[in-house]
Amino acid sequence: MEVLYQIGEYIILIFQAFRKPDKGHVFRRQLFLDFKRLGTDSIGIVAIISLFIGGIIAIQMAYNIDSPFIPKSTIGFSTRQMLVLEISPTIISLILAGKVGSRIASEIGTMRITEQIDALRVMGINPANYLILPKITAAVIYFPVLIIFSMFLGIFGGWIAGTFTGLVPSSDYIIGVREWFEPFTLTYAMIKTVVFAFIITSVSAYKGYTVKGGSVEVGQASTEAVVASSILIIFFDLILTQMLLV
Amino acid sequence: MIEVKNISKAFEGNTVLHDVTTTFERGKTNLIIGQSGSGKTVLMKCCIGLFDVNEGEIDFDGRRFSNISDKKKKLIRQEMGVLFQGGALFDSFTVEENVMFPLNMFTNMTTEEKKERVNFVLENVNLLGTNNKFPAELSGGMVKRVAIARAISLMPKYLFADEPNSGLDPKTAERIDELLSALTNKFNMTTVINTHDMNSVLQIGEKISFIHEGKLWWEGTNKEILKTENQELNEFVFATALTRLIKH
Repeated sequence: MEVLYQIGEYIILIFQAFRKPDKGHVFRRQLFLDFKRLGTDSIGIVAIISLFIGGIIAIQMAYNIDSPFIPKSTIGFSTRQMLVLEISPTIISLILAGKVGSRIASEIGTMRITEQIDALRVMGINPANYLILPKITAAVIYFPVLIIFSMFLGIFGGWIAGTFTGLVPSSDYIIGVREWFEPFTLTYAMIKTVVFAFIITSVSAYKGYTVKGGSVEVGQASTEAVVASSILIIFFDLILTQMLLV
Repeated sequence: MIEVKNISKAFEGNTVLHDVTTTFERGKTNLIIGQSGSGKTVLMKCCIGLFDVNEGEIDFDGRRFSNISDKKKKLIRQEMGVLFQGGALFDSFTVEENVMFPLNMFTNMTTEEKKERVNFVLENVNLLGTNNKFPAELSGGMVKRVAIARAISLMPKYLFADEPNSGLDPKTAERIDELLSALTNKFNMTTVINTHDMNSVLQIGEKISFIHEGKLWWEGTNKEILKTENQELNEFVFATALTRLIKH
């Protein structure tokens, strides 16, 4: 019953958020702030994780390919495929669920318990629209950029790890990265990223917006936001993969 | 004038306000007093539209405010300034941005006009020059004064303050009371203050409504409150050693 109640409450909140903003220039200001807070501020962690994961995948591929009949270029091909199809859109989104989701839930949750949301309401402002819509918009626009950036860095990380350890010649790796490329895999990755961006921001905003109590509850909401977003990302990953790739 | 007519409010079957009827007059500091849990905060939240009433009506100068859509409430809300107990300033905004926020949302003033208004209201709360500070850099009294400045930035007709001097030292609390009273007279606002501070009651209580167990128990002025025969009110008023000293 509680889950159904929460789903209903979440849907109502999202409908409230998706109204026309009161002032366009105020919305744009919030949007650019959220581009920075949710997107630009995440570049560092995305870069580090992508670079290392790319390297790890390349080394693991080389380790697993011990047959002389399998060309070395398979390492580059597999690294690219794994990064484009799954690692960048899904794993990086899970990382962002932790970083961005907890930030959104704790920020909005603190605003709730310190009556800042009530202050917005009594001023005649729709708090859901003012606080949540710019975050969802910023994430839906910025996360695909981060994920493409992650794919490039991951592939580059694989090249560094593969060539510097001598597991794969540079030319073979580059041939592998370029062969049998299906542009639809990129479309598939972008569709997943946009859905995950919406899940992370909306679920975390909902968890923060509905906090009752004090600082302990804000911490709890922050944790719940990350857990719920992560579960939903994996669940929708399965559904979207079934729908788009099979 | 704000008219509260026979309002009742319940939460999950538990009635918190019972048939409360009162008026808050223009140009006066109207105080709602009562013990913690008496229902005074619920009454104020009903007045500012954060809670819908179960029964009764609330009118702002003859305009219905209770149980109407948020869209209709919005018009009256723009004539309302609210000072929350903790100030409720936006942490990521500077003092100037906080005070300017309602002007950005509801006016088409130029940047110059908005800055002029911000400085005018900050001057009225004696905080001129703090424009670029963040709420975290301010003392408790300053936070309250910035919140007052934000509440009056649109020159509201109605000003609500929920326990404006809670958590402040007596001197600062007195200054906040004086400020609210002075602003009420200067801008001819209908000011409603929720408090259980007897100093505020005696200092600025031009009209006092005593709420006890969710009911309106007594109404009067700060001159009448010390002479009342009402037993529950006397227990509230003379609960502290200081007020008992005044009595004797």
